[in-house]
Amino acid sequence: MDLSAINPVILIASLMAAATPILLAATGELVVEKSGVLNLGVEGMMITGAICGFAAAVETGSPALGFVAAALGGAALSLIFGFLTQVLMSNQVATGLALTLFGLGLSALIGQGYVGIKPPGTAALNLGPLSDIPVIGRILFSHDLMVYLSLALVAGVWAGLRYTRAGLVLRAVGENHDAAHALGYKVVRLRLAAIAFGGAMAGLGGAYLSLVRVPQWTEGMTAGAGWIALAIVVFASWKAPRVLLGAYLFGGVAVLQLNLQAAGLAVPVEVLSMSPYLVTILVLVIMSADRSRAAINAPASLGRRFHASS
Amino acid sequence: MTALLTVEGLTKAYPGVLANDRVSFEVAPGEVHALLGENGAGKSTLVKMIYGLVTPDAGKMRLNGAAFAPPEPRAARASGVAMVFQHFSLFAALSVAENVALGMEDPPPMGKLAARIREVSETYGLPLAPDRLVGDLSAGERQRVEIVRCLLQDPKLLIMDEPTSVLTPQEVEILFATLRKLAAEGTAILYISHKLEEIRALCDRATILRLGKVVASCNPRERSAAELAEMMVGTKLTPPSRTETQPGEVMLKVEGLSLPSSNPFGTSLKDVTFSVRAGEVLGIGGVAGNGQDELLAALSGEAPSAGGAVSLHGTPIGRLGPLERRRIAVLAAPEERLGHAAAPDMSLTENAMLTAAEREGLAVNGFLKWPAARAFAEKVIEAFDVRTPGPGNAARALSGGNLQKFVIGREVLQRPEVLVVNQPTWGVDAAAAAAIRQALLDLAAGGTAVVVISQDLDELMEIADRFAALNEGRLSTPRPTRGLSIEEIGLMMGGAHDMEVAHVAE
Repeated sequence: MDLSAINPVILIASLMAAATPILLAATGELVVEKSGVLNLGVEGMMITGAICGFAAAVETGSPALGFVAAALGGAALSLIFGFLTQVLMSNQVATGLALTLFGLGLSALIGQGYVGIKPPGTAALNLGPLSDIPVIGRILFSHDLMVYLSLALVAGVWAGLRYTRAGLVLRAVGENHDAAHALGYKVVRLRLAAIAFGGAMAGLGGAYLSLVRVPQWTEGMTAGAGWIALAIVVFASWKAPRVLLGAYLFGGVAVLQLNLQAAGLAVPVEVLSMSPYLVTILVLVIMSADRSRAAINAPASLGRRFHASS
Repeated sequence: MTALLTVEGLTKAYPGVLANDRVSFEVAPGEVHALLGENGAGKSTLVKMIYGLVTPDAGKMRLNGAAFAPPEPRAARASGVAMVFQHFSLFAALSVAENVALGMEDPPPMGKLAARIREVSETYGLPLAPDRLVGDLSAGERQRVEIVRCLLQDPKLLIMDEPTSVLTPQEVEILFATLRKLAAEGTAILYISHKLEEIRALCDRATILRLGKVVASCNPRERSAAELAEMMVGTKLTPPSRTETQPGEVMLKVEGLSLPSSNPFGTSLKDVTFSVRAGEVLGIGGVAGNGQDELLAALSGEAPSAGGAVSLHGTPIGRLGPLERRRIAVLAAPEERLGHAAAPDMSLTENAMLTAAEREGLAVNGFLKWPAARAFAEKVIEAFDVRTPGPGNAARALSGGNLQKFVIGREVLQRPEVLVVNQPTWGVDAAAAAAIRQALLDLAAGGTAVVVISQDLDELMEIADRFAALNEGRLSTPRPTRGLSIEEIGLMMGGAHDMEVAHVAE
């Protein structure tokens, strides 16, 4: 075993990239759940975004257009969920699970002609002298645009929920949809918007996997990333900074265990592969151990059906 | 004087019910106008139409002489109509200032809004801390949030839907002082209630609704409460009668019971002590959210307690669950009919099976005896005059009063030694309420110890032998009901808390 082959600087730098897909998806789901909707279809929206982005990037040769297509694809899929649960009042849990299965199947169908193709590359952002700073430059200033965009989106969601009128109304709808309706807020419309935003974010996360992280198309390539994003939202007590922490923790352990595998650590590969999931959930569970505080952060109307009866 | 609001022939039908049938009335500026009627008379539907939450099927309204048909609450608010809801339209996990901002069209920045909230709340004697979480406030304070939210918009018409059901008598006095001050400033108030004395004390005019129709209009100060009740109900009501009995030995004893609430915004019980004798009715009053649900859970066995805090005939039962308590004849009927006392989508037979299986022998070796359960359900329906086509009907399909009669009857017919009920007549029409109260009195006359938890003080005065009040999880020392004045009761309930009378001086 040769642990000296692991370079901590490269490790930290690559954990940011490894965490970005989950960070994007979890931030989107945070907004959806804050509005009181539980969408379990994150995995399906991610993989649909992955193939939509991949196909668009390959056809047009532009990774930027690929990301746009991924966001649109994820949002379109999520609106199926939105229509079923918000307009036709179907059960959110069952519909979300079905959305995941549907997304996996749909992406496999679209992706038939794209197996084994290499997508156009996404270049790292040129930040000039900043990226030449030793250690910090390599860690912070040598990434592609999407990594910075994901961080900006987390900050934007955090500030938006906290400081804007729209964020306040969104939290109010998630907290007590009957009261929000009584005050004249459009519960269904707002939730549909939140669901579409969540879908677009999951789509972006998926496309980051297929266009940057891997980069190629394989069936089922999200491999549970959507589920871990869902878990992160809950264990982060619906707080954006903790979602960031959870996602980077997951990315960090994922990168570390790959390095450990390569270094030939005498632990079964299967145990190493499950370690990111275990560590992330364990840390976040401990952080949210105070049950009464966690219950205050949880949107009280989460997963409940809203019907404007009067 | 020209009318501020004119309502003409408003009609609204829901599937199977005509909620409002050609309702007409007028409200003048500065007038306190009562809408009086029983539960289900159509008061709430009527004000929801004025507030733009419900669109009328027919009829029209005029506000200040101009046609008024708000398509949504936002439009009504913009026209100067504000409403304080019966079930608060508040968000427990948000702060007071955020809650107020949500009820305003164009709120100022949070810092300025907090200052405005302090200013208005002080002027009207409704002190509030803008940065506190609403979930941590008492029911009375929550109502202040609603009222302040309305006042910040300078309403011309303020609608109040059953505002006093969550207040102590002292808090009611302060609220009335605030409302009189508002009316003197020219604000019209539409006051919805079924409490006759309040309406006589506060209102200038009353419109009485029965089954969706206006049946009378009068000056409530010129009528007696009995006359108003007769107009509201349509028939004369006979108060429950009771036979004098000597209370027997102590059945249920609760000593130093402290129990944390399972709900993050709930109230923990603190050192609750009382005892109930055979044949006695103990009334427990108090404003909602002061530990009523927690006390019921502790007595029914849903929330187990340690040691000997709860005992029956001197034997500790605190650790027993609900089923084990049923076995020894300690029964309970919780407040929430749909979802707690009864499973909404299950039939009455199934609901009878759920609580009576143990004591009525409806289950043997894990197998259910459906014919026996059906017979028991039929017995309850028969004995308590539950109006339903049959025991196969879903609990959800029954009206509130009928389901409540079934839920109470189901426990009464299981021959309890101790029966604990929470809000036995909440949302129930007057005839059904009288039947339920009579059943509880008859049960006590038969030697059962009955604990009635209720927010309806008149009800407790009518049926309880002794009265105690819950305030922030603490129970006052029980006192004989006879000779207890309303002021004393109010003080037991916590008095006016920290409210003060409106600063009427300009």
